[in-house]
Amino acid sequence: MSAMTSATTPEKVKRTYKTKESGPHDFWNELHPVVQKNYGKWKYHENPRPGVLMNVAESGDVLYTVRAGTQRQNTVDNLRFICDLADKYSDGHLRFTIRNNVEFLTPNWENVEPLIAELEQNGYPVGGTNNSITAIAHTQGWLHCDIPATDASGVVKSMMDELITEFRKDDMPAKVRISTSCCAINCGGNADIAVVVRHTRPPRINHDILANICELPKAVARCPVAAIRPTTVNGRPSLMVVEEKCMYCGACFGACPAMEINHPDHSTFAVWVGGKNSNARSKPSAMKLVAHGIPNNPPRWPEVNDTVRTILTAYKKSARAFERVGEWIDRIGWKNFFEQTGLNFDENMIDDYRHARTTFNRSAHIRF
Amino acid sequence: MSTNGENGNGTKFLNPTPMLDELEKGPWPSFITGFKKLAERTKKTMLRGVMDQLEYSYHTKMGYWKGGLVTVQGYGAGIISRYSMIQDKYPEAREFHTMRFQPPPGLHYSTKTLRTVCDIWEKYGSGIIATHGQTGNLMLQGITEANVQACFDEMNQAGWDLGGAGATVRTGTSCIGPARCDDSCYDTLGMHKKVLDHFTGQVHRPELPYKTKFKFSGCPNDCVNSVMRSDFSVIGTWRDDIQVNQVEVKNWIKEYGMDSLVNNVITRCPTKAITLKGEELEINNKDCVRCMHCINAMNKALHIGKDRGVTLLLGGKNHLKVGAMLGSVIVPFMKMDTEEDMDAFIELAEKIIEWWDDNAFDHERVGETVERIGMKVFLKDVGLDADPNMVVQPRDNPYFKTPY
Repeated sequence: MSAMTSATTPEKVKRTYKTKESGPHDFWNELHPVVQKNYGKWKYHENPRPGVLMNVAESGDVLYTVRAGTQRQNTVDNLRFICDLADKYSDGHLRFTIRNNVEFLTPNWENVEPLIAELEQNGYPVGGTNNSITAIAHTQGWLHCDIPATDASGVVKSMMDELITEFRKDDMPAKVRISTSCCAINCGGNADIAVVVRHTRPPRINHDILANICELPKAVARCPVAAIRPTTVNGRPSLMVVEEKCMYCGACFGACPAMEINHPDHSTFAVWVGGKNSNARSKPSAMKLVAHGIPNNPPRWPEVNDTVRTILTAYKKSARAFERVGEWIDRIGWKNFFEQTGLNFDENMIDDYRHARTTFNRSAHIRF
Repeated sequence: MSTNGENGNGTKFLNPTPMLDELEKGPWPSFITGFKKLAERTKKTMLRGVMDQLEYSYHTKMGYWKGGLVTVQGYGAGIISRYSMIQDKYPEAREFHTMRFQPPPGLHYSTKTLRTVCDIWEKYGSGIIATHGQTGNLMLQGITEANVQACFDEMNQAGWDLGGAGATVRTGTSCIGPARCDDSCYDTLGMHKKVLDHFTGQVHRPELPYKTKFKFSGCPNDCVNSVMRSDFSVIGTWRDDIQVNQVEVKNWIKEYGMDSLVNNVITRCPTKAITLKGEELEINNKDCVRCMHCINAMNKALHIGKDRGVTLLLGGKNHLKVGAMLGSVIVPFMKMDTEEDMDAFIELAEKIIEWWDDNAFDHERVGETVERIGMKVFLKDVGLDADPNMVVQPRDNPYFKTPY
């Protein structure tokens, strides 16, 4: 990020408070007393119903967890409401998941149904457990990020509106993790299905201001394919991009805001499938590109939703129990995946970047 | 339930946002509805400016935030500065900085703690809170620079500290671990706290080639996605035998059927380590790779082993600039029960970070540095022995040097 001089601040009273570099907030006192009592001494778990977990300790104590979806971009108002529910039903204790769901932890089974009812009445869907399609991992987009080609919360809202039925149930073949990302960095992460911006043109350079706001050597070094060179434009030092080498990753834009990569029409979406982080059955796998050039159409992104729904429909129809999306594809083969989803396999899906050879079929194993 | 924000009768605080209003439709919780309610209640002009600018972004399909340098005394990281690039058009969106705070490991909250955050934040900032950022921060979104120090001081007094940003050690993430899970092989929450406390200086002051992240999963299910989302992926494991309760195995068969046992458990073992003897399961633990599938499927009957510890993988990172990388094994097993065990881990992490700091290019993640320099040199420099668990296969080319 370029350094900007900040607005002058008014005269302040001399600060006397001394910072405590305290690191992560303490966690022990945030834990429910039943959790503290049974810390590290859990015996087994069951799934009483979608959206509810049951964990049994070696002591015989039982802990129920009710999980519900949230906006993730919350406000103090709805967080206070969530606190009200936690005070009423879970002894003042709650937590969040890494996919932005909220969880209420209580030893009292009698609290579970009333809590579910109040959550649903107030617009918080209960679900996201086990073989559901859980909430979508995402970040900031146009709301806050400095390099986004699209919005994050808006895309997720429109996708989860369509997927909420599968969020509330848990009858997919295996759990489904979806992520979205607003640029090619992919902050949403590796997932069963990921929707990630892909730029399709080199950056557009503002030569008038580049040398004023960017460190030229930093931007040159940032390019993974050495496509950026120093140059002079209208007598000013600036940078140029060798367009045949550029593959539109946008890394330079992060280093130098004068190299604009985002474009309202040329920054489109790619869809990736088969990412898996868990070690269960098969090793973790990186996700693979199966569609690209999908338009970026706020406020509801219907084309993205169509593509994701197509993939999920094919997956639900033909995957076996305990098969994640990537494992399903490993079994049926990529040829069948593209046929069953109707997506188009084109020459761009054959890798020609760094580790290409490892992705080629070095065998005579063919599917017809 | 919701309104459309039209300013027709003059009593509404917000300006019209027809595109954003479309995101109030539908059953999933709407962040736009939340923002509108907050804005109408608090009348904070920053919220109006941000919604105006967001609406504009939806029309033009471009973003309008730029970074800068906003910090608190003594720190060089943790606040994501945002200035509007179209302040002339939306002066109320002039500043919209985010403060990243490190939450309790496992994202556990008492309502007392969460309400304290809400009260402090409403006093100084917009009232928008993201639970949570992808790396693991609690994100208080929308504050002016003038308020940053005072807000931080009150949060700090309440036990909160800023997270990492830029070329720092970043905020960590841990799975729920011993706070609920019967598969947890070590204290993920305790280790998270201890390790991040140790590296606090490098969280707050950027001095590294680029970012580096620690994530702590209690078992190979890797629920925090550490293999791909962190440089240092700490995954709980065990090195002795899976514990088998044959009575519960029989109960499982009664409930789910023998065909389910065969089709969903035995045949899914990646190394064919499970055999059936009548109605008893026999696990050849020498062949077991600790994938967790059978334990997941039969959690009353099968349990993690007793001799527990962690596997450490290095080098995970996301797409930019070379494509996503999954971490790979550099320590197959180390114990993680005692303070001394965690100290040993910290010592190794320090050595690796120092090596990386000495050898990396600017903006190069540690996994990329190892790839560029070579695993052989890396292992030698940080003092780790070669182990077959580090590879899928030995090399299939003969081009390496031995001393002569």
